Amino acid sequence: MTGTALDIAADVRARRRSAREVVDEHLAAIEAREGEIHAFNAVLADEARTAADAIDAKVAAGDDPGPLAGVPVAVKDNMCTRGIPTTCGSRILEGWLPPYDATVVERLRDAGAVMVGKTNLDEFAMGSSTENSAFGPTGNPHDVARVPGGSSGGSAAAVAAGFAPIALGSDTGGSIRQPAALCGVVGVKPTYGRVSRYGLVAFASSLDQIGPLSNTVADAAAALDVIAGPDVRDSTCIPDAAPAYVDTLHEGVDGVRVGIVEELTEADGVEPEVRDAVERAASALEAAGAHVDRISVPSAVYGISAYYLIAPAEASSNLARYDGVRYGLRVEADDVGTMNARTRAAGFGDEVKRRIMLGTYALSAGYFEAYYGKAQKVRTLIIRDFARAYESHNVLLAPTAPTVAFKLGEKTADPLAMYLSDVCTVPSSLAGHAAMSVPFGSGVDNLPVGVQVLAPPLAEVVMLRVAQALESTG
Amino acid sequence: MEHVAKLARLALTDDEIERMVGTLAGILEHVEDLGAIDLDGVPPTAHPLPLVNVLRPDEVGPTLDRDEVLAAAPDADDGRFRVPRILDAP
Repeated sequence: MTGTALDIAADVRARRRSAREVVDEHLAAIEAREGEIHAFNAVLADEARTAADAIDAKVAAGDDPGPLAGVPVAVKDNMCTRGIPTTCGSRILEGWLPPYDATVVERLRDAGAVMVGKTNLDEFAMGSSTENSAFGPTGNPHDVARVPGGSSGGSAAAVAAGFAPIALGSDTGGSIRQPAALCGVVGVKPTYGRVSRYGLVAFASSLDQIGPLSNTVADAAAALDVIAGPDVRDSTCIPDAAPAYVDTLHEGVDGVRVGIVEELTEADGVEPEVRDAVERAASALEAAGAHVDRISVPSAVYGISAYYLIAPAEASSNLARYDGVRYGLRVEADDVGTMNARTRAAGFGDEVKRRIMLGTYALSAGYFEAYYGKAQKVRTLIIRDFARAYESHNVLLAPTAPTVAFKLGEKTADPLAMYLSDVCTVPSSLAGHAAMSVPFGSGVDNLPVGVQVLAPPLAEVVMLRVAQALESTG
Repeated sequence: MEHVAKLARLALTDDEIERMVGTLAGILEHVEDLGAIDLDGVPPTAHPLPLVNVLRPDEVGPTLDRDEVLAAAPDADDGRFRVPRILDAP
């Protein structure tokens, strides 16, 4: 509709369009369809117009308005925004106003981007459909009776609906890639530690990573150029500078060695159309000069089990901070323990309670070694198997999600069925590797299908180049 | 399950506990597949990065404003968070 982020920034910088005009167009698009999609927990129309006017003033004064000048962005509602509600899709944080901005929010603003809203998500990013939000589900713009995926479903829907060309999501076990696939947009989970998590509300600290969603690979690369790199406020952030991602996007895939991951492509529940998309993507890369073959990553099949012990264990610890003392909800009681327990019971939804219980159990005396300890060792096996695969391959290919977007309510009664939506995305998360989803064709009911490009740590450059090649041929 | 809920500081209803037992049993059954793997001598991974001790210079920088932080708390008094009785609690 109003072009890619890179087009918008070029136009605003060259004064062909004003940032205000761009933002007003996107706010009009939101006005027209947000009622049926519900991508946002908050639309920041006034703030966005004020920020756009400030960009235009900079341009008029001859100052550099930044590489994303005037680009509307949507930010997942688990990233702190100073003075603007940050709910994590939970009643327990309703009404809380963060006293600081997340590093990624600060970097986007400094680059001239304009935040138009905070996007809906599964409560505390726990879910694969955005149905676990305390503020109601988000609809998939391709068919609003279907889920957008999750947990960054609001961000994926916002991009797919043309509400913003770039959105930020967070990915713990697939929460950027899976909704990107289901909404037909690009979604990038960078290497663990590549993007600062300062101001990202923690879910599972050894897995969480922020990344962009966009309509094009180039826009995702442009967003990464802005948000990636060291941050003294996050001690888990990789201290080396990030390369320039947009600059090398079009260098092609000649000689790149690509492996189709057998265990993920042949996994139970992968729809034939999805498998076919991976095969066609492989052929397209081969035609573009890449070497393609099949590769086995045997321990990948244990990803779901390891993930659904490790992530809830870490979550049960991280979410201990919601105790009714420092922020958010409090349910009063005569003593502090009862106040804590009643506050948490009233503030958390079913899925969050389930994961806290699962994680607490997996960490409890007598069960630690059988569950959490074992899962950590399996994590080592997955890292080793990937390392072996990457000795002979630059990137790997797999489905992103086993199916196209499912219907709202279809999997809510069966948590395990919902967890299995993450079967193809959790292995890279456990390994801490980079991975992304690129739209590639369509499946059942003409719904979008995403192909996943997996890469070793800090190999975003080649991963994005492969994705660019797929976008160009798809 | 009641013991775990107590550890997790969650005041669950009987109905919630009952439903939780059912779904958690299904999930725990699924993760039983890990039991079949030979993990002898495999070290655990707690964190995927080989980073250790990333330090910043020991310089005083900006910090959060106390009044702003306390304004977000459910209850505060005299520059501190206020909570119900802790000592001699029933």
